Formats: sequence, C-alpha cells, structure tokens
Amino acid sequence: MTSILAVDDSASMRQMVSFTLKGAGFDVREATDGVEALEIAKTESFDLVLTDVNMPNMNGIELVKNLRQLDNYKFTPMLMLTTESAGDMKMQGKQAGATGWIVKPFNPDQLLSTIKRVLG
Amino acid sequence: MSVDLSQFHQVFFEESFEGLDVMESELLDMDPADVDDETVNNIFRAAHSIKGGAGTFGFMPVSEFTHVLETLLDEIRSGKRSMEPRYVDLFLQSVDCLRGMLSDMQDGNDPEKERPAELRKEFEVILGMEQGAADPEEAMPESDEKDGGWLIDVQPHTDMLMTGNEPFRMFRELRELVGEDNFEVTADTDNIPELSSLTPEECVTSWQIKVTTSTPIDDIKAIFEWVEDECDLTYSPLTGAAETVSKNQDQQSQETPATASEETPEQVAEKTPEKTPVVVEAQKTAKSSKAPKKAAESSSIRVSIDKVDSLINMVGELVITQSMLGQLGQDFDLSRLAKLQEGLSQLEQNTRELQESVMKIRMMPISFAFSRFPRLVRDLGGQLGKKVILETIGEQTELDKTVMEKINDPLVHLVRNSMDHGLETTEQRIAAGKSEEGTITLNAYHQGGNIVIEVADDGAGLNEDRILKKAIEKGLVPENNNLTPEEIHNLIFLPGFSTAEAVSDISGRGVGMDVVRRNIQALNGSIEVKSQRNVGSTFIIRLPLTLAILDGQLVKVCEETYIFPLVSIVESIQIHRSSLNHVTGSQYVMQLRDEYIPIVRLDQIFGLRDDKDVVDEMMLVVVEGDNEKIGIVVDDLLGQQQVVIKSLEQNYQKVSGISGATILGDGTVALIIDISSIGKNIVPVKRNQNRSERAA
Repeated sequence: MTSILAVDDSASMRQMVSFTLKGAGFDVREATDGVEALEIAKTESFDLVLTDVNMPNMNGIELVKNLRQLDNYKFTPMLMLTTESAGDMKMQGKQAGATGWIVKPFNPDQLLSTIKRVLG
Repeated sequence: MSVDLSQFHQVFFEESFEGLDVMESELLDMDPADVDDETVNNIFRAAHSIKGGAGTFGFMPVSEFTHVLETLLDEIRSGKRSMEPRYVDLFLQSVDCLRGMLSDMQDGNDPEKERPAELRKEFEVILGMEQGAADPEEAMPESDEKDGGWLIDVQPHTDMLMTGNEPFRMFRELRELVGEDNFEVTADTDNIPELSSLTPEECVTSWQIKVTTSTPIDDIKAIFEWVEDECDLTYSPLTGAAETVSKNQDQQSQETPATASEETPEQVAEKTPEKTPVVVEAQKTAKSSKAPKKAAESSSIRVSIDKVDSLINMVGELVITQSMLGQLGQDFDLSRLAKLQEGLSQLEQNTRELQESVMKIRMMPISFAFSRFPRLVRDLGGQLGKKVILETIGEQTELDKTVMEKINDPLVHLVRNSMDHGLETTEQRIAAGKSEEGTITLNAYHQGGNIVIEVADDGAGLNEDRILKKAIEKGLVPENNNLTPEEIHNLIFLPGFSTAEAVSDISGRGVGMDVVRRNIQALNGSIEVKSQRNVGSTFIIRLPLTLAILDGQLVKVCEETYIFPLVSIVESIQIHRSSLNHVTGSQYVMQLRDEYIPIVRLDQIFGLRDDKDVVDEMMLVVVEGDNEKIGIVVDDLLGQQQVVIKSLEQNYQKVSGISGATILGDGTVALIIDISSIGKNIVPVKRNQNRSERAA
C-alpha cells in the first residue's frame, strides 16, 4: 500500500488531508510539526511526504531539507501545502529539495489528482 | 470521490478561536518598539492557518479578510516595515472582527460584512502606499497559442532527480494532455558518460519534445512548473521558427501571472478590489466599544493525551479486577473469603482512581478564564484614561470546565468594577502619592477542596461613608446602626445597591454586585470583600473545584446520617453538655479557646428529639461558612467519603439549611448540610452580641 506522511500543525487540515487520502486507499501517517515528522520518517519509510510550510518547532522547508539528508528520502516526492502563491516561498522550498507544491485553498479532488500525478 | 468537508468544520472553528487567542495575547504582550521575530512569527502563523483553513473549508469572507491582515504581517515579518502601535490596534480589532465572523459562521449565519470592510480599507490604505505596483491586478495576457504546436527543449540540471521530480512523469502527463499522436520525444544521450563513471543519482540526459497540436502554452508550462528551477526549458513554436519563448530562472518572474491562473480559488480571494486612497482616520475608539458577539460555547473539550492514557490504564486495571472477581464468583466457598475481600478492596481503589481520572478530564487551568483580561484591561484603560497594569498569579490552577464557564461573567464584572470605581485617575493617584499606574491583580489558588480567586486593586478602597449614606437613603439599613467596617463593605452585595454617582458605560450596566454574589452562590461558592482606604480592595471568591462531587464527613444525629462538606470543617471535639452556655431562648454559645462560637443543634432544627433528650456525651463539629465559625452538635462522627451530589431542588424543593442529597452505599439517602445557611438559622443579632462580649 502506498504510504504517505502528512504533516500539518492545523488539526482540521490534517484531518481533511488524512481522511481524503485514506478514502482513496493510501496508508497515511500524521505528524503535527517538522520535528515529529522527522522522528517518524527516521523509523518508517514513506512513498510521499506532504507537508505544510508554516509550522512551529520546525517548518516545512526545514523538514524537507532535513529529510533530503537521509538516504531513504533522496528521491522521495515531497509536496508542500502552502498558501504562499508568491514565488519566494516556493523558491525556498525548491532550494530545500521539495518536489512541488499544492496551493491552499484546495479541495479534496485537487489534492488527490496532484498526488496521483506525482505517484504516477 | 467526494468528501463532506463539513465534518471538519468544528475542529476548524476550535483551532481558529485558539489561534485568535494566541494572536491576541501576543499582541497584548508586545512592545511595538521592540518586537522579536518569534512573536511576529507566532501571530503570522495563527493568521496564516486561519486563512488556509477558511479557504479550504469554504469560509471565503474569513479567508479574504485574513489575507489583508496576513499581508501586513508578512511585510513586518520580512522586515519590509516595522511594527507600529497603530498596527497593533488594527490587528487587535481584526482579531475581534474575525472572532465575530467565525462565531456567526459557526452558528450557521452569514458573517457581518460592514466591520470587515471597514477594517480591510484601513489595511489597504496602509498597504496601498507601497503595494500598488506590486500587486498583479491584471494577469498578463499571454496568448501564445500556436496552431502548429511547440518544440520543447528540456535540459535538466544534474540534480533534478534529487527533488523527487521524475522526467518521465512529466512526459506522460504531457502525452495525456496533447494526445499520443501529437507527441514525440527524443532523448539526447550525448552527455551520458561511460558506465564506470556514471553516477545514477545524476540526470545527464536531455530531451526534445515535439507537440504537434494547438495546445495553449500555459497548459504545457503548468506541467513543468515544479522543475522550472531544475532545468532549462525552451519553448519554440513549430511555425515561425525565429520566435522563441524561453524560460529559466532569470525570467521566472515574468511567468508568475500565468502560473497563478492555475490557482483559481485563492487568486480570486487575493485580488483585493479597489485601492481607494482614502485616508481613514482611526475610528477605533468608537468601534471597539461595541462588544463583540460572544463566541458560541463549544460543547467539546480538549484533553491532553496523558489524561486519556491514564484513564485507559485505569479501565485496564478495572477489567482485570472484574475478571478476577468473576472467576472467584464462579465457584465460591467461604474459604476464599479473604480473596474476595482483597478483590473488593482492589475494586474500591480502582473505582476511586477511575473517578479521579475522569474528574481530571473536566479540569482546565484557570488561564483559560484569565486570558481574556489583558485585552479587557487594555481597552478599558484606554476608555477610562487610566493607566492600568494587570498581574495574574496562579494561572495553572485547575478547576472544572463548567465552573470556569460560569465564573467568567462575575469575574469580568469585578474587574470592570475595580477599574471603573476602584482605581483612581492618574491625577488622583499622583496627588495621593501613589504610582501613576494602577494595578489589578487576579490571583487563583487552591485551598482545601476549593479554588479561591481574588480580584484585587490598589485603588482608593471602598468609601464607607458613601456606602453607608447610600444604604440609609435606600432604606437598606436603619439610620442608627452599629455596623462594623466589614459589615458596611458587605452592604455593596445587597440587591439594588449602587454607589456610582452616574451610571457609567463601564460597570454601570444594570447588573449590581448582588447579581455577582447570586451567581457565585449558585455555584456553591461565596464572595467577600476586604478593603482599606487608599490602599485598595480585594474581592475574594471561593468556589468548589467541581459541582458534581463533594468530599464529605458523615455524621450521625439520632438515627439520621447527614453530610458536612469536609472543606468547611475546622475541627471536631468532644463536648460535655455542661460546657454549653445558654444565651437566650434555645440559643447556646460555647467558649472555644479565646472566642465564643454559636452552637447549632441539628436535632433541634430537624425536630429529631426534645431538648431534654440530649445525651451527655456529644461531638461538636466546628465549621466555617461565610467567614463565621459555628459549632454543630452531632451524636457521632462516621466515615469520610466522596459523595455524588444530587440536587434536592430538582427532585423535591429547596430546603433551607440543606444544599443537596446523596445516596449512600446501603441505598439510604443522606442530606448534605449547607454550612453557610444553617448558620443563618441562628438569629444574626446574637453574633453581634458575641462580638460585643468579646470586645468587652
């Protein structure tokens, strides 16, 4: 089963993402910030990482940067969920090693179609 | 697949209200002249989450309004501009406004439109000065639709694979977009080194893709959007060979509008309408006095995982004990009696621990109630023109959620009252040799099984002469009275009493201190005031930690069992009938060390036996209620236990001297004595006599 790590400090967004992905048959693991996600990622492996950008403790950009240092996550697709349509945040994410982004607000269908697109 | 988003709304509202609380407290703590990054980040993050969630869950007015707020915050965060006091005011007003909007939406109503529009204009005026040109008002029309198709040259940088981007995924997508027959890809393998020196992590191939259909270039570019920085992309129209639309990092900015057109929902929200350069003077004072709508009380509570884990643990223990007892019961004989007793005592312990754990779930730190006061004090101070410092102590003190919700209004009333009537104006304070700023202190602590909340000010103190004059005018007390200062202070709790010379907007809201006292008494609590002229006043509220369970002392009077709240008991002593002094009628007092305390005989009050039947050896339970000690005569002290309070009022009717009832282990009903009102059954005049006796 394709496994996805979903990281967001907002409980409502996390629940929505998780519910949508589980409903589409993905195995979903949730984390509330970058620190927690990094810990989980070290002990489990995922086919895709979906992370919010603005989070306490460790933000999404730092998380991607840290994950890319791990051997398991060199080529893993990592998508950022961001309301920043400005190039700045995307650029920072890309420099950290993110695959791409999904711009908030998005609906469950948009989320699924992007994820399916990335996973082929 | 369709997902019903409404199932996430409640969580969204809860976290949004929490986010607004964070914003508010950070803003209030902030010194605009010296703002640290973390504070601005926290505020930004909260606003940002609300905006993101609101957009996703379809609350567009909130999302649109938060957008302007977030834009200004982002400029401050990125150092483009610095924080100013007027921004803090505007942000605080926005927090109120958002609270109201979210509250409306939570109740299923349309949110207010006028106030957000006003505030939004203020933001736009601030932002407009610098933003006008930067805002992509008009999307750049780039109608590069070529009939003949496109030749796309893809030159990946060697590290493209390391971002998780897979070239073939994009090619597949492109093929789906344009159709298999119109798609042709050629790989350029010239740069592939010998196998021995090949690094598999690097991308060394480049591609040329021929698209032979009239697909809009924007759709094609969207597929390569994520890799714009990871490869050099060149789009050449297949007809008119000279024209080339090239794309790489340097020209990226040019592309933003085209890219953005993909992101329709937010883009619509972001294109904030007209930028009318109207200078809006700060109208905040008039507006902020308008009380924001009270957020709908949420019927859910957040419980820390620790508390839930401990609960699950307890249930596990309980199940083990239950199965042990079950096994024992299957083939029980008297030889296993000891085992049964052991099991039952285990069950008792489990039940008690489980009960404690469950009660803890309802307990919340009082900081939830205190957190609204910094704002209240700030706003009120502004309105009254008084400089006020708020101090809070004991914010982690826990109490039951229901008690907390109900104590909120009385606390607000007391704080308003202290600020309006208690604290002097700056001039008066300076004249009295006090510091310019008045201080309001909120202090919470546990005392026995109660929580005590104090609202103190360092103001002028209660004006006894004025209170007495007013009370006499209103006919509340006779003209010739020998009231002590404490008794005069307590007159302010009498119904219909108000000392304010003019009904002010702040605390003269038609709700007197009598209502405050009534509300507190309804929670089984009490309130008293201590005051000293020119030093200040302190209102002391005592409340039970929870309304459901009471730590009780069981006592026996004749054949009846009664329960005293353990927290009220000062001491229990054995007395001899001869040590009681007859004062008047059937009233006794007893000298206990250096004070005389009135004696209450439950057997008399409840008509259980005649005076002459009094047994010689009795127990006296000394209790304290409403700051007065009384002694209650009982036949015997039984055990102590926690009892579940059942309302007598709901099941029967209110009975003076009794606060409720409970069902004991043997199934009988025991009445719980209301210490403060059982004391009142002795005529208060007698107590004055005691006092004068003592004075003599």
